[in-house]
Amino acid sequence: MRVLDPRLMRRARAARVAIGLDAVIGVVAALLILSQAVLIATIAARAFDGESLSDLMLALVVLVAVVIARAGSAWGFEVVGRRAAIGVLSELRRDVVRSRLRDSHAASLDSAESAEIATAAVAGVDALEVTFARYLPQVVLALVVPLAVLILVAVIDPLSAIIMLVTLPLVPVFMWLLGRHTERVTRDRWRSMALLATHFLDVVRGLPTLRAFNRGEAQVERIAAVSEEYRVAVMRTLRVAFLSGSILEFAATLGIALVAVTIGVRLVDGEIAFASALTVLLLAPELYLPLRNVAAQFHASSEGQAVAERLLDLLDQSDPDSPLDNANLEVRAGALTVPDPRKASVRLEGVSFTYPTRDLAVLNRLDLELSARETVALVGPSGGGKSTLAALLLGFAKPTEGRLTVGGVDIANCDRSAWRAQIAWVPQKPTLFRASVADNIRLGDDSADDSSVRAAAVLAGADGFIDDLPDGYETVVGDGARPVSAGQRRRIALARAFLRDASLVILDEPTADLDESNAELVGEAIERLCEGRTVLMIAHRPELAARADRIVVLDAGRITQDSRRTP
Amino acid sequence: MISTLRRLIDIAGMPWWRVATSVALGALAVGFGVALITTAGYLISRAAEQPPILALTVTIVLVRFFALARPVTRYVERLASHDLALRALGRIRAGFYQRIEPLAPAQLQGFRDGDLLNRMVGDVDALQGLYLRGIAPPIIALTVSAAAVVAIALVAAWAALILAVGLLIAGIAIPVLGARITAAAGERQAAGRGDLTAEFVELLRGAPELVAYGRESATLDRVDRLDEELSQLGRKDANAAGLADALSIFVAGATTVGVLALAVDAHHSGVLDRVMIATLALLALASFDAVVTLPAAARELSLTLASGRRVLGPSGDDSAVQDPLSPIAPPSRAPTVVLESVTVRYGPDQAPALSNFNLTLRPGQRVGLVGPSGAGKTTVTNLLLRFLDPSAGRITVDGHELSSYRQHDVREVFALAGQEAHIFNSSIRENLLIAEPKASDQSLTEVLELARLGPWLDQLPDGLDTLVGEGGGRLSGGQRQRLVLARALLADAPILILDEPTAHLDPLTAQALMNDLLDIADKRTVLLITHRPEGLDRMDEIVVCNGGD
Repeated sequence: MRVLDPRLMRRARAARVAIGLDAVIGVVAALLILSQAVLIATIAARAFDGESLSDLMLALVVLVAVVIARAGSAWGFEVVGRRAAIGVLSELRRDVVRSRLRDSHAASLDSAESAEIATAAVAGVDALEVTFARYLPQVVLALVVPLAVLILVAVIDPLSAIIMLVTLPLVPVFMWLLGRHTERVTRDRWRSMALLATHFLDVVRGLPTLRAFNRGEAQVERIAAVSEEYRVAVMRTLRVAFLSGSILEFAATLGIALVAVTIGVRLVDGEIAFASALTVLLLAPELYLPLRNVAAQFHASSEGQAVAERLLDLLDQSDPDSPLDNANLEVRAGALTVPDPRKASVRLEGVSFTYPTRDLAVLNRLDLELSARETVALVGPSGGGKSTLAALLLGFAKPTEGRLTVGGVDIANCDRSAWRAQIAWVPQKPTLFRASVADNIRLGDDSADDSSVRAAAVLAGADGFIDDLPDGYETVVGDGARPVSAGQRRRIALARAFLRDASLVILDEPTADLDESNAELVGEAIERLCEGRTVLMIAHRPELAARADRIVVLDAGRITQDSRRTP
Repeated sequence: MISTLRRLIDIAGMPWWRVATSVALGALAVGFGVALITTAGYLISRAAEQPPILALTVTIVLVRFFALARPVTRYVERLASHDLALRALGRIRAGFYQRIEPLAPAQLQGFRDGDLLNRMVGDVDALQGLYLRGIAPPIIALTVSAAAVVAIALVAAWAALILAVGLLIAGIAIPVLGARITAAAGERQAAGRGDLTAEFVELLRGAPELVAYGRESATLDRVDRLDEELSQLGRKDANAAGLADALSIFVAGATTVGVLALAVDAHHSGVLDRVMIATLALLALASFDAVVTLPAAARELSLTLASGRRVLGPSGDDSAVQDPLSPIAPPSRAPTVVLESVTVRYGPDQAPALSNFNLTLRPGQRVGLVGPSGAGKTTVTNLLLRFLDPSAGRITVDGHELSSYRQHDVREVFALAGQEAHIFNSSIRENLLIAEPKASDQSLTEVLELARLGPWLDQLPDGLDTLVGEGGGRLSGGQRQRLVLARALLADAPILILDEPTAHLDPLTAQALMNDLLDIADKRTVLLITHRPEGLDRMDEIVVCNGGD
């Protein structure tokens, strides 16, 4: 049974003090429970011997004080534990964000994955709370409390301590079952449950199709049948999985019964005092209680840990030596100034690129020169390396071979953010952030005033539809807010590029999936954008490529054709 | 709340005897635990009076019995209750599906975008906790508490009263209070979590752009701020939860002290046997085991009920489209379909999605339906398949109103292939069989060949059993559309509706696919819905759709 992923353990180190304090509170609470047992037994035994309520008042008051102290420690245990957990979780989330912004795995991330990571980072990380707030402190308790109980019982009545030890061999059996079997089984079970949920979601999503083929009603039986199969399978595993809990419970009840019966018989023979006997009986259930609590938290905790592992794997991927990571290229002393691409040409010299996860080179010893103020259309089949080339220019990744220069200066030796400040990029699917249209355009230049934003929108051909929005430039767009069409989204992204007034513009399929009229509007805006700038435009549509000065065909990582447009 | 619960229990279709058995087992398991401690306490108290050992035999047997019975009953109960929950989940899923099936797709439009659908399916799954953590714990707690109170009342009425009050506070007041506090905190946290998740999704999707435009640190600051807000809420919530825990422990402790003090006094005034002092104290202490699960159950129940209300929301009874009481015979195998000045409004205050629209499909004719995006082209499909009735105007098949046929018969007339067609996360075979469940492998291979997927199929090691991935993710865009087409061909309907079949494809692939499509369509009537020029030259007639204008 693995208590915790070592990587998580390392993260818990930050909150070590708080988790330690939590465990201390837990131990104090356990000691209070033991005192409560001793006090109840003493009071009952003294009353048994005929003492009156007033004789016992002091003991009763102490008992109430112990109860109040227990309540206080329970409050402290919860608060300190959760605070510690919240600290660890916050840190983990921030690390995920930092790594995503730092390393440009982001460039190849698809949207389904990003939704999954976001859910894991927020909801999933909260599932981890159980691990840090309950499970870890409980593990400490499970180690300390049984020992304290045994010592106390041994002091009061050594024979009972030995009897309680007799039931202990059941514990390793329980641990073995819990660790070896349950962990795997629960995980398999969760996985199959996730599969079943996915199946159901798939069917619900496909409802329109099913109905169109008159198959809608027939699926009810199938859903019922799949659920039934799943139930049978799960019940088979549960029969074994529940055994571990039952064995521990059996150990606990067996311990109580053995202790009760033996001290009962010894009481009859007068070998033990009533007060001692009663104390031992009250202590017996406490021996296994912390361990049972660990078992209860273990399952809840392993769920959170599965999520954590996914996040930690993501963090581990951002290996600083990876060519995809640009952390080591951040601002550093002695960085060279980048020449302006409006005045000097941008050159790819023998550039190759291979993704670390794939064997095949995406770009293969590529030579390409973008002269100053030239518009180059990059065409070719999907997977030919066009987007990778754009990513290299943006500095999301560095070439595995060869170099990228501007006016003869290798951009690897330049300050990265200064280089990016010269680039405007319109990706294939521009992101609209949940903010006003104006602020979305200001991504190009956050210090721009309203009139420059409007001017950029006019140039991008976006001014007209923005004015028609309910709140004009202040209309909030983005996920869950005012929807905009694909063409409008592109024009907002183009307005960003206009506002940035960059020397080098990179456009990735700016008219894909647009209808004729939208494509035409976007095309006109692009033509304005190209004036006086160096432009690299990835294009599918012939009418778009026709707007370029030069057409370069990229296929399987090589340039297969390079033709200048005849004026 | 009660009516939601009743309707949910109804849908879950849990037979009363299963519920009764499971609850009885649960009550017995908890009761045996309380009984074990109590009889053990009695055994020791009685033994302290040093009676002949034979006088203790029955008690000793009882202690041993409870010690064995408790884990065994608990084990059986856990199996029975999980079995019940899993059976209920299957029924709830099927029931939910049955309720929303008549609403798709026109009335589920709002659910299709974003994660609403995900959430609804998640809600259905959340309902499996309904019995396990919502229904069973209170019934079990009530049964065991009542038994404990009655047992004490037999020997000491005042002590029974104190225990009853203590159990009521711990079993009802604290869980309700706790659930209310956590619900309020939970709502705030859910909002905070939602904001943070939305921010994360946006950030992850837009990460390359944020990096390209140099906004890393501004973004980090914003996320940190939201994170800190969420953490603060969490800390507040921890305070409240801690307080509930503390109260529970205090009430249990105080009640035990009270019962103990009363027992001491009762013995001193001669109305209670001294053997009962420790016995009663132990019974009081142990009986709180019955209510210990209730605060968590109350929290769970309020969450589950919230899920339940969302699941109960949409219902097929609200379906806009209903079968006629006495449907006429199905349309002919070569039907003529006419739309006459059809207008569609999705809401009374909304602009019409389609206005005064006319279209005629004669047998064997090929009609292209063009128009900019959002001009209501998909609405036409929904009208033809009768997922939707027009707000004004007439639709006829073979001269009879569309609504005088059974919906089933109408849909037999059309086969739909297009960008919106769903590809199920299953095998090629399963995806095709949706159109014709009884089709032989040979006819499947034939339609795949017709859709020009023959050579591809031949080189697949698993053939028809090849899995296509979520949404057909393992296929290329062209292969997806061809598979969708093969499925439509298998349906062998007289009219083929091709809805943007070349969307998301590059021009070369699109042109090739379109040519194939029209060749394969053969003698069928074709309605081609598109905003691109490919294939329009091969249409007999082109109808322009301009939405509400």
